[in-house]
Amino acid sequence: MSEPTLPDGVERREIAGEERLATRGEPVYGEPTADGWRAWDPERSKLGGMLELGLETGLTGGETVLYLGAASGTTVSHVADFAGPTYAVEFAPRPARDLLDAAAPRDRLFPLLKDARKPETYAHVVERDVDAVVQDVATRGQAEVAARNARFLADDGRLLLAIKARSEDVTAAPEAVFEGALDRLREAYEIVETRRLDRFHEDHLGVVATPK
Amino acid sequence: MSDTDAGPDASAASDGAEGWFEALPSGATEDTDTESDAAPRAAARVREGTAASPADWAVRAVESGFAAGADEYYDRLKAAATRATREAVRERERADDAQLIHAVRAMDDAERTANELAERAVEWAGSLFDEVEPGIEGARAVAAREPESEVERRAVSLAARAAELDDERAELAETIGRTAPAVAPNLSEMAGPELAARLIALAGGLESLAKKPSGTVQVLGAEDALFAHLSGRAPSPKHGIIYTHEYVRGTRPADRGSAARALAGKLTLAARADHYAGERRSQLHADLRERMATIRARADTDEPDAAEAGDE
Repeated sequence: MSEPTLPDGVERREIAGEERLATRGEPVYGEPTADGWRAWDPERSKLGGMLELGLETGLTGGETVLYLGAASGTTVSHVADFAGPTYAVEFAPRPARDLLDAAAPRDRLFPLLKDARKPETYAHVVERDVDAVVQDVATRGQAEVAARNARFLADDGRLLLAIKARSEDVTAAPEAVFEGALDRLREAYEIVETRRLDRFHEDHLGVVATPK
Repeated sequence: MSDTDAGPDASAASDGAEGWFEALPSGATEDTDTESDAAPRAAARVREGTAASPADWAVRAVESGFAAGADEYYDRLKAAATRATREAVRERERADDAQLIHAVRAMDDAERTANELAERAVEWAGSLFDEVEPGIEGARAVAAREPESEVERRAVSLAARAAELDDERAELAETIGRTAPAVAPNLSEMAGPELAARLIALAGGLESLAKKPSGTVQVLGAEDALFAHLSGRAPSPKHGIIYTHEYVRGTRPADRGSAARALAGKLTLAARADHYAGERRSQLHADLRERMATIRARADTDEPDAAEAGDE
C-alpha cells in the first residue's frame, strides 16, 4: 500500500527515538513530546490506529468535527490539534472531568456532557454540515448511534467509526457482530472502507463511510 | 438520572429553529451588569436546550447579532460549553451508585412480580379461553383479547398488568445499561452493565466493592453456600453472581474455579480504578483477556495436572 495521506497538522516525527504519529499542542495524558509535537499513540486511540493503518479517512486538516465518545479527551485532543471547530460529546461524567482539562488550552474544542444516542439534546449547539463525525462509543447499538448522528454530517462528509465487537455482544464472534452493525449502518451510510484494527485494538473494526 | 438534562425540555423540542444562543444578550450590547447573569444563562441553554436538527448556528448567531463574527461566536460557545459541562459533571457525579442499586433491585422485583402475575393471569385465562400460552408472552397474548364478561375483563386486565410490569423491567434494564457505565466505566466494560450493577448492589456501593478483597468479590451472591462451607457442611463455593459472566459460565467446569478467580481479581481492580480514578484502564481489560485465553487453552492441551498449576 502507498503511504497513506495524513491530514495537515499530523506528521510522523521522531519522538523519544521512534518515528511516531504526532500533532502539535499541549500534552494531555503524559504522552512523549518533542519540539512542541506530541506523540499520538495508535494503541490508545482508534482514530490514531486508523491513520496508522492507512485508512483513507478523508481528513485534510482544519475541518469541523463532531466527536462522539470523547472519553477523557485522549484522541479528541489530537483531533482538535489539527482540525477546526471540534465538538466533543461524552456521556460519562468522570472521564468528562478529564476532557475539560484536555479542552481547556484548545479554544476550538467544545466539551459537551451529552448522550450520543440522543442527538436532539445537542443539535441546538453542534452545527450542521460538519466535515467528519468520529465515533468511538463503547455501548450496545453503535451503528444505531452513527445512524442517528448522520443528520450533522455534510453530504460529502465522512463518518470515521470504530466498532467494538465486545460492546455489542461479548459472546458472539466479532465477524458476526461487525456484519450486523454494517447492515444497520448501510441504512444511513455508504460504506467506503473497513479494516480490522486488531493490530492496535483487539476485536475492533474501523469503518469509513459517507452519508447516503 | 441521566435523563434530567433532556427531560424538562423534551416537550419544548420544536422544529430545531432555536440555537443555544437565541434569547441570550448579544456580546456587543451587553453591559457589565447583565454579563454576570449571561454566563449561567448561556450554560443552562447548552445543558437544557434541544433541537430536532442542527443548523448553521455560527452564521445564524452572527446574523442575529449575538456575535460580531464567527470567531467571537466560537469564543462564546467555548465559554458556555465549558461552563455547562463543568456544572453537569459536578451534578452527575453526585448521581451515584445508590441510584444504580435502587434500579437493579427494582428490576429484580419487577421481573419476579411480572412472572408471578403472568403465571396467575394465564392460569386464569386458560380456564376462560382456548390456546393460552404460558409465561409473559402468554400474558401479552391474553392482554390483547377483547373480554366479553366481567370475569374475562378481570383476567385480561391482570394479564395486561403483568405485561406492563415486564415493560417496566425492560425500561429499568435500559436505564441500568446507560447509567452503570457512567458510575463504573471499567467494571461495566468488564462485567457488562447488569452484572456491574449487581456487584455494586451486593457490596452495598461502589466504594465498599472497591475495598473488598478479590476472594470476597468472587463469592458475592453465594453467601448461603459460603456460610454452609464455613460451618463445615459444604465445599467452598467457586463463584457467586459472577457465574453469570461468560468467562465463568463458558469455561469448562474443571477450569471454572481458575476463571472465577481470575475474573474476580480483575473486577476488583476495575472497581478500584472506577472508584479511585474514574478513568478507563485498557491494560486491565487486556490483561484479563490474556489470562482467560491461557485458562481456556488448558481445555485444548488438556494436561491432567494443568488445572491448578500456574495460578497466581
